[in-house]
Amino acid sequence: MIPAAFEYFAPKNLDEALRLVERHGDEAKLLAGGHSLLPLMKLRLSAPRYVIDIGRIRALHGVREEDGRLVIGALTTHHDVESSELVRQRCLLLAEAAAEIGDVQVRNRGTVGGSLAHADPAADYPAAMLALEAEIVATSSGGSRAIPAGEFFVDLLTTQLRPDEILTEVRVPVAGRRSGGAYRKLHQPASGFALVGVAARVRLGEGEKIESVAIGMTGVAAHAYRAATAEQALAGKKPGAKLLGEAAGRVTEGVDTLGDMHGSAGYRRAVATVYARRALEAAIARAGGKTA
Amino acid sequence: MGLEIQVQVNGKNYQSEIEPRLLLVHYLREVLGLTGTHVGCETSLCGACTVLVDGRAVKSCTMLAVQADGSEITTIEGLTATPEAAGGLHPVQEGFWEKHGLQCGYCTPGMILSAVQLLRDNPSPTEAEIRHAIAGNLCRCTGYQHIVEAVEYAAKKLRSRKR
Ligand SMILES: Cc1cc2nc3c(=O)[nH]c(=O)nc-3n(C[C@H](O)[C@H](O)[C@H](O)COP(=O)(O)OP(=O)(O)OC[C@H]3O[C@@H](n4cnc5c(N)ncnc54)[C@H](O)[C@@H]3O)c2cc1C
Ligand code: FES
Ligand code: FES
Repeated sequence: MIPAAFEYFAPKNLDEALRLVERHGDEAKLLAGGHSLLPLMKLRLSAPRYVIDIGRIRALHGVREEDGRLVIGALTTHHDVESSELVRQRCLLLAEAAAEIGDVQVRNRGTVGGSLAHADPAADYPAAMLALEAEIVATSSGGSRAIPAGEFFVDLLTTQLRPDEILTEVRVPVAGRRSGGAYRKLHQPASGFALVGVAARVRLGEGEKIESVAIGMTGVAAHAYRAATAEQALAGKKPGAKLLGEAAGRVTEGVDTLGDMHGSAGYRRAVATVYARRALEAAIARAGGKTA
Repeated sequence: MGLEIQVQVNGKNYQSEIEPRLLLVHYLREVLGLTGTHVGCETSLCGACTVLVDGRAVKSCTMLAVQADGSEITTIEGLTATPEAAGGLHPVQEGFWEKHGLQCGYCTPGMILSAVQLLRDNPSPTEAEIRHAIAGNLCRCTGYQHIVEAVEYAAKKLRSRKR
């Protein structure tokens, strides 16, 4: 359980790091918290020739509020997100998702950027970022581009990021009044990853009707996705038990559901319905000013 | 190819030339000879290798030693020198002794360091909060009940001192 030998770089700023990824591209791996990469390297499932440790780039750490958005640096740890007063106040869903990741030690090291770039099919942040309609910022020496979360996750462990790009920050729109969000997850008991994770965000409008809704799903398919048919079933309607039940029943519609030793595809579909209903109920309650 | 790192472990400064692929747990055990930090699963799941890096509990089998360059590390060997220990055992260590918080002891160093971080963050944890805080530390012997009681003992002792 010792990684294969590699050449190690620890750039102190983003420019230096960008030059290194440009030079070593495909043969290099970025190292952030190391909680996805190092386990793979120890199993020799990954044996990069170069490791570029971006952990010392101060500018990529921390959360701030800017123009109605939370801007979260790629190297912000799960613990920092979970315990940030700013995140708790502005975007409870996100703090809730961070708090559900792995265990204390994993949250102390793992980072937002690493989780999104890795795109594990059972990771928690992808569902949250989809429901929040966040933008993921990728930077190369040629400049930056903002990728909508809805386009970012392409396939199993595959995203829109190019080898010469570094994920530098995530921008999360801060919801206005009458909005609420929640994350609900069934843990796979051994690893802590999501068997099913559902992020729901709801805005209530006139007559308590659902003005807008977004549902992000993880653990269910090869990559996280928006449950579009369920969203359509809810939009413009007044929420009640029957409607929520019907909509929650559609969150895996048209989706090629994963089945593995931890749970069959049928089991995941059944559980997805239950957790979607719970996430929606909590999001609606919070949008209405109640605690949930 | 050696890389130079400087770390402070249990209050003592070390400078070492190491291979970049050396894991922190192997650095502590094999280079510094601090074998109190255990290796259980090697796969980031059991928490036996937990140490504090700059005050936060970390699985040292899932961190390169070079990532710790410039950091302060506390292992089980260093707990008696922390302010909370006040010259004796650390109250969490004492709790494990008094409340029978261990059987074989394999998980104990990691378990204790996770508990130390918890009590620094939250001096009055509920039982559920204690269980949540040690969720990354597996114990095959105790069934956890006595571990929870050990942490409760330490929390009480630390609180009584502050008054
Ligand atoms: C025991 C255990 C339990 C876990 N449980 C969960 C869980 O319940 N839910 C969950 O979501 N996750 C879980 N994880 C994964 C954890 O959240 C990881 O920390 C996370 O997936 C990766 O973040 P990292 O910073 O550690 O990335 P690293 O491991 O450092 O990197 C992961 C990958 O992303 C790339 N990368 C990293 N940063 C960037 C960047 N800024 N730009 C471009 N590419 C980058 C790396 O090159 C690498 O390929 C668990 C991990 C462990 C070990
Ligand atoms: S040995 Fe590090 S987590 Fe098990
Ligand atoms: S006391 Fe034996 S593993 Fe915990």
